Amino acid sequence: MGAAAARPPPGLGALSDETGLSPAALMRLHERFQALDRDDKGHLSPADLQALEGLALNPLCERIVGAFFPAGAQRADFPTFARVLAHFRPAEGAPCEPGGPSSPGSKLRFVFELYDLDGDGQISYRELLQVLRLMVGLEVPDEALAAVAARALREADRSGRGTLCFEDFAKAVERLDVDRRMSIWMLK
Amino acid sequence: MHPPNATSVIEESHAPDMGSLVLTRANLLNWLLLLLILVCPSAAVYSDEPNLSSSFLPHYEPDHGGAVGSSQDGRLHVFTVDYGYVQIPCEVTLWILLASLAKIGFHLYHRLPRLMPESCVLIVIGALVGAIIFGTDHKSPPVMNTSIYFLYLLPPIVLEEGYFMPTRPFFENFVSILWWSVLGSLLNSFGIGLSLYGVCQIEAFGLTDLNLLQNLLFGSMISAVDPVAALEVFEEASVNEQLYMMIFGESLLNDGITVVLYNIFIAFTQMHRYEEIESIDILAGFARFFVVGLGGVLFGIIFGFVSAFMTRFTHNISAIEPLLVFMFSYLSYLSAEILYISGILAMTACAVTMKKYVEENVSQNSYTTIKYFMKMLSSVSETLIFVFMGVSTVGKNHEWNWAFICFTLLFCLIWRALSVFALFYISNKFRTYPFTVKDQLIISYSGLRGASSFSLAFLLPVNLFPRKNLFITATLVVTYFTVFIQGITIGPLVRYLDVKKTNKKESINEEIHVRLMDHLKAGIEDICGHWSHYQLRDKFKKFDNKYLKKILIREHQPKSSIVSLYKKLEIKLAIEMAESGMISSTASTASLQSCRNRRVHRLSPAEVESMRDVLAHNLYQVRQRAPSYSRHNLPRDTNEKQAQEILIRRQHSLRQSCRKGNSLPWGGPASTMGVRCLSLPHGYCQPARRKARRVTFTDNYSSDSESVFPVTFRPQPRLRPLEVKHRQEELIPVARLDRLAGQSNLSGRRGNSVNRVDTLALMTKPRFTVGEVEEYESEEETEMMAPARPLAR
Repeated sequence: MGAAAARPPPGLGALSDETGLSPAALMRLHERFQALDRDDKGHLSPADLQALEGLALNPLCERIVGAFFPAGAQRADFPTFARVLAHFRPAEGAPCEPGGPSSPGSKLRFVFELYDLDGDGQISYRELLQVLRLMVGLEVPDEALAAVAARALREADRSGRGTLCFEDFAKAVERLDVDRRMSIWMLK
Repeated sequence: MHPPNATSVIEESHAPDMGSLVLTRANLLNWLLLLLILVCPSAAVYSDEPNLSSSFLPHYEPDHGGAVGSSQDGRLHVFTVDYGYVQIPCEVTLWILLASLAKIGFHLYHRLPRLMPESCVLIVIGALVGAIIFGTDHKSPPVMNTSIYFLYLLPPIVLEEGYFMPTRPFFENFVSILWWSVLGSLLNSFGIGLSLYGVCQIEAFGLTDLNLLQNLLFGSMISAVDPVAALEVFEEASVNEQLYMMIFGESLLNDGITVVLYNIFIAFTQMHRYEEIESIDILAGFARFFVVGLGGVLFGIIFGFVSAFMTRFTHNISAIEPLLVFMFSYLSYLSAEILYISGILAMTACAVTMKKYVEENVSQNSYTTIKYFMKMLSSVSETLIFVFMGVSTVGKNHEWNWAFICFTLLFCLIWRALSVFALFYISNKFRTYPFTVKDQLIISYSGLRGASSFSLAFLLPVNLFPRKNLFITATLVVTYFTVFIQGITIGPLVRYLDVKKTNKKESINEEIHVRLMDHLKAGIEDICGHWSHYQLRDKFKKFDNKYLKKILIREHQPKSSIVSLYKKLEIKLAIEMAESGMISSTASTASLQSCRNRRVHRLSPAEVESMRDVLAHNLYQVRQRAPSYSRHNLPRDTNEKQAQEILIRRQHSLRQSCRKGNSLPWGGPASTMGVRCLSLPHGYCQPARRKARRVTFTDNYSSDSESVFPVTFRPQPRLRPLEVKHRQEELIPVARLDRLAGQSNLSGRRGNSVNRVDTLALMTKPRFTVGEVEEYESEEETEMMAPARPLAR
């Protein structure tokens, strides 16, 4: 493992340009990737990620893991891994293109996609309720939760369709400092 | 999160909750009454004392058979009182009880713990006891001497700090912590000592008889910091992990270093002709410092390994496991003291080494016992020290000198700030993640003094220090000042330096999304892992796994950490919770439909508030990366409950998806996933069952390949009788569930209404997971599925 860690992964430069992460950060991520990949398969499977104890106790574990395995894939290679994590690079103070993965817009889209499981570009009442259910203790009665979800939907839904599109969502969270909340300083 | 909570509390104090306010006031009154009741006997006890003999001869039992009240001396007394026999234990017990009552009262009024550290309460109680003793003119006030302090009062505090220290952040920041503690203590001691010596030279203050050595000694005593009180206040604000660790590590090593310095200076003072101290002596002093420090650590590590090894064999007599832990730690302290090596550092090293292996080896009950007993002992020790402090405050052994005391206070503050900024400036150059000015400000302000500096002052030998009272007074003043004034203001300071929150109320949307993002960030941080000192830790981990764990840890341990997680969580609690959830779900599922129709109505502000309240109280907490430590309390248990719920729910949803053959959130049919399905439905996953399904759960940092879960037959025979017994127990509730569930409209929505009704059937699963054998699961399935099938819709 020690010798393998010293070798840079292929395509490092291109990946660095694409994701905006520095080559040093990418090297560290590569080491982490290899550490997570327990059977040395060369790619990650969902079980590898789920084996992390801290992540297992996270209410959103499945969804977070799902972000790394889009569209039913069972393997995640290193570029995919790095691309997802690039969303969490702190954007402040660093040069970032408006369309890059760590721009506030794409961070928001990442969060939006956590809600929107069926990928239709809208957060429906049911999806909101599902997420809420995940994050709340078991003793909350369903009716209270449903009321909360309904209220949240009504607050943000400006078009009156009963679902949230991406613009509605962006407007709802504009007061929050998304960049700070979704930045991991280690990735700078 | 807090602003909505606060406003909702205010709004809640209307009519329906007037009762609870009254109740709180009644509680406070009750507590005050109780306190008074306790105080009166102790006062009575003290005032009676001068009249009684303080002999230690065993007293005779009063004779109940004879005549009442004979007054002649030669006769048998019916009622005799002999307080002297029990004086010391009785007084000590009363103090401890008094302090406990005060702590209860302190926590009853929930605002207080946020405002001030608990040490404040203890000091007040100590002063109260001191006032009582002083007021009743107690003839023999309790005295703390060197042996009592160093042999009985100090070890529990040190052990507790060492045991509850979070090891990973400590070792990651080890060099910084070491640099800061050692050099900080040295800098502070010498700085304060030399400055005070300079002040003493000024004739006008009347301090010229304090020579350099005495001042240096005083400097080393007063620089003993006890920031644990500050750490308790930090819980409210989101202090980052490194900062937390620096302060914690400092308090850990500071005691040891201060005592070492203290002893060295006392030894110097005892060399009578101190004018003849040559450079060789100073060099010897330095060398001794290192020998004492490192020797202590070495001792501690050896004892730690020995005790970990012992606990490997105690599975038949688990009642002595806590005993082993405590006795070995204490032994490490004592044997280090024999050789004049730092017992404090020995005990700390012992606790740190021992903890990891002992926790794997001991039974669940022993684990809990060790934790609680340690907290209890250290709490008692600290209480007693503060009582002594209070007693000597309201005593006659004071000498006030404005110049000395004011300058002491001033120099303490100045030198701490100086040492922080100087040392951190240098260490920042070598750190990957430097400390900001804000962090340094917080560290310099959190230099609260505590019990240890007072104790060291109190134990100064009078023959060497004719002006001991002056030192005691100065120490007391500094302690009171730092604990009360700095302790109370550090909370607001940290909150002010922290992110400035907007004052506007967050909407419900924002609350939900914020919480989601926090969880997301915590999850991604877990995936990224920790990046400092990777290789060294990796090497240590390999060495540890290859040699140490084999020697020190018992065999037949479940190798996955998820299973040990289940062990640690109380499974019984999970079942109880599921049962209560089942009862409430029957009411809620029926009204779910009607609730959806209610959507179109306008919601009143009160309802919005109540929603916000629901969210505030019930949203899961984000996993904190920064550790939290409190000397007087174990970490709250709510996290365990949350963890259980999350794991249970996940199992349930996995089970649901397997049953339906649905795609899991990350896509792909369930059968090809390498995920453990803890309960297999009859139909869908059957072909998949034959594949070898292995799940390995490791903890964050280990990279060993041996944690693959063995699919063996070994546990099966042992678990079978258990299985039969449990199955019979559970068939009954499942059948009961059947009837109740018949009415409810169980739709296919995952994790909503089906959630709680199913959890009871699901709840039984964790008990079986220790074995994890596929055949085992399938057998259990065929039996269980029969009654459960109606639920499967």
